[in-house]
Amino acid sequence: MAPPAQSQRSSSPSQPSGKGEVSDLKSQLRQLAGSRAPGVDDSKRDLFKKVISYMTIGIDVSVVFGEMVMCSATSDIVLKKMCYLYVGNYAKVNPDLALLTINFLQRDCKDADPMIRGLALRSLCSLRVANLVEYLVGPLGLGLKDNSSYVRIVAVMGVLKLYHISASTCVDADFPQTLKHLMLNDSDTQVVANCLTALQEIWSAEASTSEEASREREALLSKPVVYYFLNRIREFSEWAQCLVLDLAAKYVPSDNNEIFDIMNLLEDRLQHANGAVVLATIKLFLQLTLSMADVHQQVYERIKAPLLTLVSSGSPEQSYAVLSHLHLLVMRAPYIFSSDYKHFYCQYNEPSYVKKLKLEMLTAVANESNTYEIVTELCEYAANVDIPIARESIRAVGKIALQQYDVNAIVDRLLQFLEMEKDYVTAEALVLVKDLLRKYPQWSQDCIAVVGNISSKNVQEPKAKAALIWMLGEYSQEMHDAPYILESLIENWDEEHSAGVRLHLLTAVMKCFFKRPPETQKALGAALAAGLADFHQDVHDRALFYYRVLQHNVSVAERVVNPPKQAVSVFADTQSSEIKDRIFDEFNSLSVVYQKPSYMFTDKEHRGPFEFSDELGNLSIGAESAAGTVVPAHRVEANDKDLLLSTSEKEEIRGPSNNGSAYSAPSYDGSAVSAASQALSELTILNPSVPGLTPQSNLAIDDLLGLGLPEIPSPAPAPSPPLLTLNSKAVLDPGTFQQKWRQLPISLSQVYS
Amino acid sequence: MISQFFVLSQRGDNIVFRDYRGEVPKGSAEIFFRKVKFWKEDGEGDAPPVFNVDGVNYFHVKVAGLLFVATTRVNVSPSLVLELLQRIARVIKDYLGILNEDSLRKNFVLVYELLDEVIDFGYVKTTSTEVLKSYIFNEPIVVDAARLPSLGAAGLFMQGSKRRMPGTAVTKSVVANEPGGRKREEIFVDIIEKISVTFSSSGYILTSEIDGTIQMKSYLSGNPEIRLALNDDLSIGRGGSSIYDYGNSSGSGSVILDDCNFHESVHLDNFDIDRTLALVPPDGEFPVMNYRMTQEFRTPFRINALIEEAGPLKAEVILKVRAEFASSITANTILVQMPLPTYTTRVTFELEPGAVGNTTDFKEANKRLEWGLKKFVGGSEHTLRAKLTFSQESHGNIVKESGPISMTFTIPMYNCSRLQVKYLQIAKKSKTDNPYRWVRYVTQANSYVARL
Repeated sequence: MAPPAQSQRSSSPSQPSGKGEVSDLKSQLRQLAGSRAPGVDDSKRDLFKKVISYMTIGIDVSVVFGEMVMCSATSDIVLKKMCYLYVGNYAKVNPDLALLTINFLQRDCKDADPMIRGLALRSLCSLRVANLVEYLVGPLGLGLKDNSSYVRIVAVMGVLKLYHISASTCVDADFPQTLKHLMLNDSDTQVVANCLTALQEIWSAEASTSEEASREREALLSKPVVYYFLNRIREFSEWAQCLVLDLAAKYVPSDNNEIFDIMNLLEDRLQHANGAVVLATIKLFLQLTLSMADVHQQVYERIKAPLLTLVSSGSPEQSYAVLSHLHLLVMRAPYIFSSDYKHFYCQYNEPSYVKKLKLEMLTAVANESNTYEIVTELCEYAANVDIPIARESIRAVGKIALQQYDVNAIVDRLLQFLEMEKDYVTAEALVLVKDLLRKYPQWSQDCIAVVGNISSKNVQEPKAKAALIWMLGEYSQEMHDAPYILESLIENWDEEHSAGVRLHLLTAVMKCFFKRPPETQKALGAALAAGLADFHQDVHDRALFYYRVLQHNVSVAERVVNPPKQAVSVFADTQSSEIKDRIFDEFNSLSVVYQKPSYMFTDKEHRGPFEFSDELGNLSIGAESAAGTVVPAHRVEANDKDLLLSTSEKEEIRGPSNNGSAYSAPSYDGSAVSAASQALSELTILNPSVPGLTPQSNLAIDDLLGLGLPEIPSPAPAPSPPLLTLNSKAVLDPGTFQQKWRQLPISLSQVYS
Repeated sequence: MISQFFVLSQRGDNIVFRDYRGEVPKGSAEIFFRKVKFWKEDGEGDAPPVFNVDGVNYFHVKVAGLLFVATTRVNVSPSLVLELLQRIARVIKDYLGILNEDSLRKNFVLVYELLDEVIDFGYVKTTSTEVLKSYIFNEPIVVDAARLPSLGAAGLFMQGSKRRMPGTAVTKSVVANEPGGRKREEIFVDIIEKISVTFSSSGYILTSEIDGTIQMKSYLSGNPEIRLALNDDLSIGRGGSSIYDYGNSSGSGSVILDDCNFHESVHLDNFDIDRTLALVPPDGEFPVMNYRMTQEFRTPFRINALIEEAGPLKAEVILKVRAEFASSITANTILVQMPLPTYTTRVTFELEPGAVGNTTDFKEANKRLEWGLKKFVGGSEHTLRAKLTFSQESHGNIVKESGPISMTFTIPMYNCSRLQVKYLQIAKKSKTDNPYRWVRYVTQANSYVARL
């Protein structure tokens, strides 16, 4: 039925399989290739569209490569664009055919129309064919010097693409240095931003093998470069602003004044409608103030409102990303958000991923003053039609109960859950009551009275059943029916599918036996017999162990099974504070959304910006020694002045034991100051040439900036005189600045002027 | 930095697929779609907008029933990528006039053209409709707006307010010319407020919030500067006091926003003095200002519910909804929903005599009562009686096992916050050609809930 592959002309257009249609296209394209008839471009457009649509849905149309290239001789820009798209998609798998395209792409790179030059250059660099790189260098070099900014923008990205195809070709052609020059001199901000992007990627990749590259990478974080970008930040597109803010977040200012200047300059970015800009700004503020506990806390206060506005203004997806960050901050400093708890109430139409985050935040911010209201609200959710959320809500109530001192009212609520007679509510509540009793044994009487009324037949979920059985064993003295309930459960031993429940049953019946031997003896015998015959290894072993220990000595057995218990004071935390700090360091990244540090979900080579920051300690050496000041001493002095914290107190805050405090400087990044100074001293021993080298690279920058400064005067490193004084106001001292932070956000609009 | 971008239909077909860096395997679209689908089927609710499968991070946003997806292996800023996806959708809408599966399929070449200029090698270049104009050569193929269900803000205004509004104007492309060949000079300013209110069982307001946006769409030629004046008594920020501090603000009559943010193009030089925003609006639709308000406001609807047991297997629910806004205003597309006890088997409804445009339904699958009203005139009250039949005895727990009642609605030409655009000034030289200015208000329910 299918026509032979060669005779393309005979293939039927009605052929349903993609193959027939593709060969049909091929012949039609071939017919049009040489034609110069009027209207031929329109027919080509239709055919090209078909090719692209097949490509999109995944049909392989690489067989028409030759024809597409033949048809590309046209002045119609729409056709050209489609052709470029096609070529870019298939060149990689057809390197031989790709060679065909080089010719016309190179010709287009010299077209009079800058649009075509740019498009051709972009396609040329997107071919991703290693043996064609020799053809890229020439056009790229010209492109970087093109007088159209569009072409330069494309060329800069082209350099990065070339680097990924063949790093050595890119470096040998000295493109990185050309980019650096462009970055510091080009009048078009998009060119500048692309240079920064490309250089960050190239030098980060090169840094492991080349010392020069790692120096260059450090130089990107030097004061002149960072200031150069910060001072122009408003000229950049909102996306490029994010790039600049990310760069600045890695910069280590030399003193507190500098920190305040930077924050002063960027504060209006918190009012930006683009959430990405706001979060990048917040990240920068949090990083900058790590060494100043009081200001750091103010940052939390200041960013609250913008974050909440972002949460409620965007699409559900955007709010989720922002809310995840808010969640992280709430977890770190619940007390700062304790009066904002109503913002974390769930709305009925919110997706469950949002509700889950909100429930966790409600749990975290609960304190003496708001617990009553929060628990009341959570109880409303427990009756929710959305069962997973109802369950989470009950768990949240339980968690609040476990973290409070005054649990009176909460216990009543929990017990009400047990009376709601909804299976899942009862199940969750039982687990909670069990945990509660482990922590507050004094509540046993109230709880047991209610638990005793629950029919074990209504409890099916293994976790809940285990909890009920545990209580039956633990409180068999108080629960009148305990031995008999246990006995009936043991009778149905074979129907109990969960090994965990059977284990609990064994232990509970043992405990019951020591408290009420005559009534339990029979049940114990049955349980041990069933346990010994159990196919599950653990159940079998435990039954055997109980049996032997009873045989050996009953009083020893009692001491083993029923020792006096101490109330649990703290339940084991699921996440270590180190991991939490690590996530905080990776603020404004996926780590926050996943609640995992990046090393847990990314391969080494894809760690992106954080590969960069991994070596922050090292980087800061470059930056600080470049500034040429005796930083450590200066730092300590400044800290003492601002912080009212002695250095020893600071050490403590940095320690991993500190957990959840708002202004805890995380052990990792926050220690940059001391780590840097420490590393500095280490480094001077290891490699005494470093301090000598960095000023050199700094000089190179000054050269590029057009400053022929013979020395590096540390306080005035900058090219542009207004520096961080864009603000017409004089630089605010810390005190005034903090005052300012308490004002209404709107007064900040002055910064625009 | 992203690796791939693609748009999937509701059924999971690729409509547009662009690989920028070749780092993620080709089958990513299928992997993504399967994951999203099963998330729902496993009863875990909607898939989160960001997740990781085998080291690949998938981001998605849902717009107009389509899935806009980006993938990357790098630990990027989630806000940046999700914002980008949303912007791409907006840019496409600006160019196509209407964004839906049909228009996207018809214009996929134009979309590819846009994508090439928006992203290069995975990095964002620009998402400005205006900047992109000079790079785009394809003409959009406009789909018929009337035939299709309209989505988003534009759709809001098309219902119920046809008299005032040229409904199609907001759905026209920024590049397509009018049939007459001449572009109409006009500008749209929409004040869209989404309100969230929770009433306690006794009718008190537990929480209330207004999330507002001043949305602008300009078709003015020559990029004139525009001045938007807001209420003189507008103030922002609540001076450190708790945001839910009711009672002290309602009397003063001023509008107090908790917080707001502004579009890049807005100049706030005079904002402190006379509450005016100055801007040169770029092409396309964009939010001039987003704001948030928790100040107490007059809720548009009051909901009353009465549940009476009528024998062991029967009960009656009486729902009363009252519109508390002026009679000159009419709300539309009202839907009242109420979950009923799971053992409810049958519901019969009784509407008021002479009721028109009402629909009633009992959704068997999730045991939910639904009451729809086409129109609701201000000041009026409507009642629904529903007789429930149960399969088991209720033990007096009906109230605990039903509710809460939720309501969705749209109220054109009404806003709760009393934020107003006092005037809209266009700095334009020629006096003869006076552009059309549309300033429109609309209030929508976000989460409007009454507990039982």
